[in-house]
Amino acid sequence: MPQQHIVKSYEDELALLDTKIARMGGLAEHNLGQAFDALQRRDPRQAEMAIVADQAIDVLEKDIEEQVIGMIARRQPLADDLRHVMAALKITSDLERIGDLAKNIAKRASAIAELSHPKPVISGLGRMVELALHQLKTVLDAYAERDAERAIEVWRNDQRIDAMYNSLFRELLTYMMEDPRSIGLSTHLLFGAKNLERVGDHTTNIAEIVHYLVRGEPISDDRPKGDDTSSLLVGSND
Amino acid sequence: MEHQVVHREAIGAEPLQPATIIARNVNVFYGAKQALFNVDVDVPRNAITAFIGPSGCGKSTFLRCLNRMNDTIPICKVTGKIMLDGQDIYDPDLDVVELRARVGMVFQKPNPFPKSIYENIAYGPRIHGLTRTKKELDELVEQCLEKAGLLKEVHDRMHEPGTGLSGGQQQRLCIARAIATRPDVILMDEPCSALDPIATAKVEELMDELKENYTIIIVTHSMQQAARVSQRTAFFHLGKLVEVGDTRQIFTNPRDKRTQDYITGRFG
Ligand SMILES: Nc1ncnc2c1ncn2[C@@H]1O[C@H](COP(=O)(O)OP(=O)(O)OP(=O)(O)O)[C@@H](O)[C@H]1O
Ligand SMILES: [Mg+2]
Repeated sequence: MPQQHIVKSYEDELALLDTKIARMGGLAEHNLGQAFDALQRRDPRQAEMAIVADQAIDVLEKDIEEQVIGMIARRQPLADDLRHVMAALKITSDLERIGDLAKNIAKRASAIAELSHPKPVISGLGRMVELALHQLKTVLDAYAERDAERAIEVWRNDQRIDAMYNSLFRELLTYMMEDPRSIGLSTHLLFGAKNLERVGDHTTNIAEIVHYLVRGEPISDDRPKGDDTSSLLVGSND
Repeated sequence: MEHQVVHREAIGAEPLQPATIIARNVNVFYGAKQALFNVDVDVPRNAITAFIGPSGCGKSTFLRCLNRMNDTIPICKVTGKIMLDGQDIYDPDLDVVELRARVGMVFQKPNPFPKSIYENIAYGPRIHGLTRTKKELDELVEQCLEKAGLLKEVHDRMHEPGTGLSGGQQQRLCIARAIATRPDVILMDEPCSALDPIATAKVEELMDELKENYTIIIVTHSMQQAARVSQRTAFFHLGKLVEVGDTRQIFTNPRDKRTQDYITGRFG
C-alpha cells in the first residue's frame, strides 16, 4: 500500500470513491446476471426487476461524478491521485453503459417471454454472459487491487467474447434464413448478443483505464478487435 | 537532451531548446553542514523550469549558486561545475557583477529600493552603463515597466516611491528591475507567495511572455503554480535532485516515489 495522505479527509474521500465504484460494479454485475436469467427463464417479472434496478446504477454514476468534480475543484489531485479520480470518473461511465446494456437485455427478455427460444442459441448466450460477468468481475478486482497484470489479462480475453458473438451471429442468421417467422425473436436475441459484446468492450475500456491508473501509461499493443460481423453479408454466410 | 525533446513532441508539447545552464556535480556546504549533494541539472533556454521540494531541501541554495550569491555568505562553499552558455561561472576571471546582471533574481518578498519607481529600474542599467543618454534610459525604464505589465498602472507616478505600490505591483516592479539589466536568466524564489490570485495570475502571465526571451527558474511551494507555469520541473529532497522531467510527466506520472509522495501530500 502506498503511504497515506497527510490530510486524512482526503485519504477518506479517495477510499470512498473506490467503495462507490465497487458498489456500482457489483450492481452492474448483478443486473446483467438477472437480465439474462429473466431471458433464459422467460420471466417478465424478473425482467421488470432488472429494469428497475438500473436506476440505482444511474444514481451512483451521478454521485461519483459529483464527488470527482468536487475533488478536482477542492483537492486538485496530482500524480497517482489525479489518475485515480480520472479513472473513477471514466470507469463510472463505462459501468453506467454496462447497466444500460443489461437493462436493454431485460427489456428484450420481456418482449420475447411468450415465444419459445432456440435452445442452442440460449446456451450460447449463457456462455457469453458467463464470460462477460467473469471479465467484469476480474477487471473490478484489478481496479480494487491496482493490478495491471490482471487488467492486461482481461483486455486480451475480450477476443473470446468477440469470437462467441461472431459465432452466435452466424447461427442466428441461419435460423432467420431457414424460418423467416423466427426473424422477430432472432433479432431480439441478436441484439442481446450484441449487447453482451459491447459489455465486453466497456470492460476492456475499464481494463485500459486500470492499466493507466497503475502504470501511468497506456497498454501498448493494439486493442484486440473481434467483431468482424460489420463486414459480413447475408449471402456470404458459410 | 535528445530524449527529452522527442518525449515532449510525443505528448504534443513544444520542443525545448538546448540547455543554457548546465550544472554538474554541485555540492554546497554551510560550514561543516552539507546542503546540496552532487546536483546535476540542465536548464533549457527560453523555458520556465520549476524547482520544488520540501522546506530546507536546498532550492534557494541552488538558485544562489547560479548567480554566485552564495559568495556573499562567508561559511558557504560551493564545489562542482556550473556552465552558463558554455562559460564556467566559477571561473576566477569571471566578473561577478556582470554575472549578476546576466542572471537576475526576484525574491519572495517584493523588495523595491526605497527610491522612486523610475529609479528602481534605472539603477541597474546606470551602474552597468547600458544606456548613453537620459532619453535612452527613459525609454528603457518604460520598456521594462511595459514588459512587466506595470506601465499603465504607474505611468503618471514614476517619481513616487516604489514602496508605495501594492504587493503585487511591487513584485512586478522587481521583475521589471530584474529585466532592466537585460539578463539571460531570471531566478525567482517564491515570487508569488505573498500575492493574491489576481496578482499571482498577472505575474504568471508575465512569466509566460518573458520566457520567449529569457530563461526562467522559479522556486515555488505551490504544486499548482509549478504545474501551471513551467515546462520542466525538478524535485529536490534532502539536498539531492531526485527527479527532473517534463512538467506534465512529473505531475501525472512521476518516476520516483519520493516525488509522488511530496506532490500528492503524503510526506510525513
Ligand atoms: N546562510 C546559511 N547558513 C547556514 N545554513 C544555511 C544557510 N542557508 C541555508 N542553510 C541550510 O541549508 C539547507 C537548505 O536551505 P535552503 O534555504 O536552500 O532550503 P529551501 O529549499 O530554499 O527551503 P525553503 O523552501 O524553506 O525556502 C537548510 O538546511 C538550511 O538550514
Ligand atoms: Mg528557499
